[in-house]
Amino acid sequence: MSKNRMQLMLCGGTGCHSTGSKKFELALQKELEAKGLAEEIKIIETGCNGFCAVGPVMLVQPEGVFYQKLKVEDVPLLVEEHFLKGRPVKKLFFVEQKSKEAIPNINDIPFFSNQIYRAMRNKGAIDPEVIDEYIARDGYFAAAKALNDMTPEEIVEQVKISQIRGRGGAGFPTGMKWSFAAASSGDEKFVLCNADEGDPGAFMDRSLLESDPHAILEGMIIAAKAINARQGYIYCRTEYQLAIRRLEIAIRQAKEYGLLGENILDSGFSFNIDIYQGAGAFVCGEETALMRSIEGKRGMPRPRPPFPALKGLWDKPTILNNVETLANIPQIILNGGEWYASIGTEKSKGTKVFALSGDVNNIGLVEVPMGLPIRKLIYDIGGGIPGGKKFKAVQLGGPSGGCVPEHKLDTPIDYEEIAKVGAIMGSGGAIVMDENTCMVDMARFFMDFIQDESCGKCTPCREGTRRMLELLEKICHGEGEDGDIETLETLSAVISQSALCGLGQTAANPVLSTLRFFRDEYEAHIKDKVCPAKRCIALLKFEVDPEKCKKCGLCYKACPANAITWQKKEVAVIDTGKCVKCMSCFDKCKFDAIF
Amino acid sequence: MSIKSYPSHPDITDEMWEKIDAIIDANKDIAGSVIGVLRMSQDIVGYLPVELIDHIAEGMNLPASQVFGVTTFYSLFTLKPKGRNIIKVCTGTACYVKGIKEVISHITNKHGIREGETMSDRRFSLEGVRCLGACGLAPVMIVKEDIHGNLKPDEVVGILDNYN
Repeated sequence: MSKNRMQLMLCGGTGCHSTGSKKFELALQKELEAKGLAEEIKIIETGCNGFCAVGPVMLVQPEGVFYQKLKVEDVPLLVEEHFLKGRPVKKLFFVEQKSKEAIPNINDIPFFSNQIYRAMRNKGAIDPEVIDEYIARDGYFAAAKALNDMTPEEIVEQVKISQIRGRGGAGFPTGMKWSFAAASSGDEKFVLCNADEGDPGAFMDRSLLESDPHAILEGMIIAAKAINARQGYIYCRTEYQLAIRRLEIAIRQAKEYGLLGENILDSGFSFNIDIYQGAGAFVCGEETALMRSIEGKRGMPRPRPPFPALKGLWDKPTILNNVETLANIPQIILNGGEWYASIGTEKSKGTKVFALSGDVNNIGLVEVPMGLPIRKLIYDIGGGIPGGKKFKAVQLGGPSGGCVPEHKLDTPIDYEEIAKVGAIMGSGGAIVMDENTCMVDMARFFMDFIQDESCGKCTPCREGTRRMLELLEKICHGEGEDGDIETLETLSAVISQSALCGLGQTAANPVLSTLRFFRDEYEAHIKDKVCPAKRCIALLKFEVDPEKCKKCGLCYKACPANAITWQKKEVAVIDTGKCVKCMSCFDKCKFDAIF
Repeated sequence: MSIKSYPSHPDITDEMWEKIDAIIDANKDIAGSVIGVLRMSQDIVGYLPVELIDHIAEGMNLPASQVFGVTTFYSLFTLKPKGRNIIKVCTGTACYVKGIKEVISHITNKHGIREGETMSDRRFSLEGVRCLGACGLAPVMIVKEDIHGNLKPDEVVGILDNYN
C-alpha cells in the first residue's frame, strides 16, 4: 500500500449513498486529479459511519476532521482551502444543536465521543471491500488463534466467560448455545448467521455487514471450530443488496487468502460460507422458521424442543447467531472473555449497538456500554428532541418490545432492567417519539405489522392479533366502547401464553406497554372521542380555532386540495367538503390552531 | 436441430424462458434453492404468473402446490404484473413517526392508487414495504432504484413527475 499524506474516509453506507455520496466522490476525485493531489490524498469509501442523519459524511485522517452534509458544490472550496492550504472548512463542520457550536474534530462531537466501539470498531475506518485493510486491524488473528492454538472447548469457555448474550433480541447466553451444539453428536453441523433484520426501525445488522463484513465471517469461522461445523449460511434480507454485495466480495477474498475453504491456515480445519437471500417474511427471523426457509419451504416456526442445537437445519445440529453477536466474537477470542466482561452490568456485559431514529436530533447507529442510562442515549448521544418538542417515549425492541416513558428514562441498558419496565432489549431499534405521537395509533401500527406478518400456523397469533387490531382500529376511529381495553388485556394474556413462537408470544407487548404508561390516551379516545396527540384522523374535526389562529396563512399554502380559504389578517377557514384530511395543515401550523 | 417449445404467455418471451431454464438447470440439484430460482425468475419477468410457477415446479421436480405455497408466503413475490415504476414507501416505525402516512395520501390523491395497487396504464405501482433500514432519512420512498429521503409530503408528487 502506498503512503498518503491524507486519507479521506468517505461514508459509502446506504444512507449516504442515497444522499449523494457517489456523486460527491466522483467530483472530489476529479478535482484532486486536476489539482495534482491524487497521489498524496486518497479517497477511501468506507462502510456505514453510523451518523446517517447528516450524510454524506467524510472523515479526514489523520487529523480527524469530520465533515457533514457534503454537496458537489462544496468540492472546489474543500480542496482549495483544506487540502491545499490546510484550513479546514468551517461551514461543513457538525453543529451542536443546543450550543450552535461548530465542532471540527470527530472526537469532540458528543454523538461519537460517548460511544465505545467493539462490534463497530472498524466502521468508517477501513474499506470493507479490501481484505488487507481488515487484516491490518488485527483481522483474522482471532481465527488463526482459534484454529491453530485452541481446542473447541477452550473457545466455548472464553465465550462463556465473556458472558455475551444473543444480540438478536432474546439475550440467550451465546456460550451456552455453542456448548449445546458442540456436545450434540453428528458428523454434519451448521453455523448460521441471522441477518434477516426485520424489526422496523432497526438497521444495525445492515450497517455492520456493509462496514465490516470480514468480522462476521471471522466470527462464523470461530463458531464453526467451536461446534465442529463444515458449512455456514448467512441468511440476509434481499433488500440489503449493498450488504450482500460486500459479503460476496469478502467471501471471495477470504477464499483467495485461504481463510475459507479447505484446510484453513494449514490447521486441517475446513469451512465454507454461502449467502442465502430471504424473500421478505418477518417471521423468518425466528430460528426454526429461518431454517425452514433455507430448506426452500414456507418459513414457518415449529415447536421447540427439539432445539436447533440438536435438530436444526436439515435436522442436523445447528447454531444461529445474530450479526452483532458474531461481530463481537473475534475480539473476545483475541483479548479473552474477561476483557469483554470488564464493562457492563452484572448480567449484561459488553456493549450494545442501537439504531437511534425517530424524533431525535442525531439519528444514526451508536454503540454504547451496557448499563448506560437510556436518558444518556437519547439526550447526550442523540442530542435530544428536535424542534423544541417534548419527549414522550422511546420504543425499544420493535414490534416485540415496548415503550419507555419519561419517568423511566433513567433505566440502565440491561436485559433484565429493560424487561422490568415492560420493554425488551431487542435487536437494538430505539425509536424516539415526541409529544405529537399518538400511543394508541402506535400500538395499532405495531399490531397491524404483526398480524400481517403472522405466518398463520397457530390460531392464537393468526386470529388473536387480528381481533386485537380490529379493536385498536375501532378505538382510533372513534368507535371505542367501554370494555374494549379489558378485552385487549384478555386477548393479550391469551396470545402471550399460547402462541407457538416468539413472534406471537410477544405480539401483545406494544399494547400492554402503552396501556401501562398511557392508559389515559386510550380512555380519551374511547370516552371523550379525542386524540390528545392529534394523529387519529377520524377524531379530528379539521377546523380552525379562531382564538389560536395567528392568521399567517401557512396552512393555506400547504393545502394540496385548495380546501382552505385565507386572506392576510384573516382567520383561515377549512372547507371540510373539499378537505382530503392529508394532515398537511396540521404539520405546518405552529400554533396548534387546527383541531 | 430441435426447436424447444415453451408454454405460451403474453408477458414471457422465448428469450426469457431460455434464461429461466438456465437458472433451473443450475439449481435443480441444490436442496432448498427454489426460493432463489423464484427470485431470479421474477427479476426476469417482473412477476410470477401461474404458468411460470408450474414450469419452475416441473423443472425443479417439486409439487406445484409447494412452489405455489412458497410464492404466496413471501412478500417479495407477486402473482400480478407490476407498473413500470414501482414506488416503495417505507412503512417502518421511524418513517411512520416521521409522517409516511401523509406521503402515501398525497400519492393516492394524485394517482388514484392505494398501497398494493397498480395504475391501469401500469405507470406506477405503489407498495408499502417493511423498514428499509434507512431510518436516518425517514420518511423514505424508493422509486425504481432511486432512494428519496427526508420527504416532505407536498414534494412527493413533483418527484414522481420525473418517472413515466
